[in-house]
Amino acid sequence: MLLRTRSDIPSSEITPKETFEAYKCSRRSVMAGLGAIGAAAAMAGMPELARAEAKLTNLVTTNYTVSDRATTPPEKAKSYNNFYEFGESKSDPAANAWKMKTAPWSLKIEGLVKKPQTLSSDQIFGFKPIEQRVYRFRCVEAWSMVIPWDGYPLSNLINVAEPLPSAKFVQFLSLADPKEMELPAGIDWPYTEGLRMDEAMNPLTLLTFGSYGETLANQQGAPIRVIVPWKYGFKSAKSIVKIRFVDKMPPTTWNELAPNEYGFYSNVNPNVDHPRWSQAHERLLNTNSIFPKIVPTLMFNGYGDQVASMYAGMDLKKDF
Amino acid sequence: MSNRAVVWLKIIVHALCLLPALWLLDQYHNGSLAMQADPVNYITHFTGDWALWLLLADLAITPIRRLHTSLGWMVRFRRMVGLYVFLYATLHLLTYVLLFSGYDMPAAVAGLRAGHPAELWTQLKLIWPSMVDDVEKRRFIQVGLAAYVILLALTATSPKRVMRAMGGKNWQRLHRLIYVAGIAACIHYWWLVKAGVRTPWKVTAVLIVLLALRLGYSFRKRIGVEKRTVRAEPLQER
Repeated sequence: MLLRTRSDIPSSEITPKETFEAYKCSRRSVMAGLGAIGAAAAMAGMPELARAEAKLTNLVTTNYTVSDRATTPPEKAKSYNNFYEFGESKSDPAANAWKMKTAPWSLKIEGLVKKPQTLSSDQIFGFKPIEQRVYRFRCVEAWSMVIPWDGYPLSNLINVAEPLPSAKFVQFLSLADPKEMELPAGIDWPYTEGLRMDEAMNPLTLLTFGSYGETLANQQGAPIRVIVPWKYGFKSAKSIVKIRFVDKMPPTTWNELAPNEYGFYSNVNPNVDHPRWSQAHERLLNTNSIFPKIVPTLMFNGYGDQVASMYAGMDLKKDF
Repeated sequence: MSNRAVVWLKIIVHALCLLPALWLLDQYHNGSLAMQADPVNYITHFTGDWALWLLLADLAITPIRRLHTSLGWMVRFRRMVGLYVFLYATLHLLTYVLLFSGYDMPAAVAGLRAGHPAELWTQLKLIWPSMVDDVEKRRFIQVGLAAYVILLALTATSPKRVMRAMGGKNWQRLHRLIYVAGIAACIHYWWLVKAGVRTPWKVTAVLIVLLALRLGYSFRKRIGVEKRTVRAEPLQER
């Protein structure tokens, strides 16, 4: 499953753009025409996993692997998503996210930067070689997966914008389009998340365009999201349309909804329970068995060597 | 409705109430359950949803019966549906204990197959502290457990013999706790979902309507009774 090819082809050619665009366009028109049938199929319980994702080629392999845990089957990773814009149940995004138009897509970089700008997704894809990194993915709901993500460190994009010294935090804003999304009442849309500047610049923080060697499925947050592997999954904003550099800790969606349950940092931490469940263990969803594989949760999701120093001196029980 | 028709209807209602459980069993056998992204989560919600839906269906029987005198036979279905509420609630609780809490089912099953049934107990002892911790710390578990204890008490006292031994009045008083169980189950649901998520609103709305109908009925009945006493007694005193 993992593509282990290293190549010297310039980054601009890494994703064959024509193929990709043609694929997406044909898919869109097909989906538009077959919308009713697609909806009927979804209601009939058929997995809404039509091959909507285009293959990514010339991925750069990396040392970021999870050697002691098997990779989650892609069907599971693409059918079990928390993407509340498309509905509150974890099967809703896979059923409803096809409505989202992911091309053309533009991302606006604004706030405390020297070079505020708006970039197309294609420009962003082409900045750097796309790496494949297998990360542990830990949801705050005490389940986890092991997923190969494709992207490059977010720091590359941040450097392009040249943040001012006054920029202390990065805020991400996700798409909120009532024409394409359910946007259930009860949550203040758009979804927003944030990182401290050093967290955003950490080499682990991945600007992500694909998984399993293919472009992201819509329900996974296509076309551009971040993956912050040492934090609970909700910190990794999906379908990002705006990145804003700010001087104060930005408001974040779940933190505003329930500050006692979801802290700004939300680092994976087995010693700090969620008020409603223990975070000491997790259900590892990487098998096809009804018996769950329950494994101990690791501090910083097992990425302590790379990230613990950023929190030196902080009381992680208080700043959870 | 004739006795014979009620018997037939009972068979149908039994079948309908068993259908979800059989469907779950079928999904287990044909492998589609294991292909679910998170089977444990699925089973937990499936059994919990059906326990709550059947509880609401059970609570709907009395208000519907009161619509017309010819619907009196419906009362004969209350206990039966109630027992199915208990069945699904038990499956829900067992899912929590055996699949959710970290209980090592494969180890327990392997032990059982090798002729060591004590393994079931050994495994339970291993996860016992974390379950005690859950009950002590987590209010959504407390309120869910309270609902289950009520259902257990109602099930235990459901045979006619017990009802006779308790006396109708006491029995009825105890069995009114079904309202508390319904309220507790809805609170359990609300406390379980994330802030901002409104999934439980539908069942809650149904529960409120069903309880309001009862309040309205008993209120009107009390007024009716008082009117009658007003007519009957003061005349003599005057």
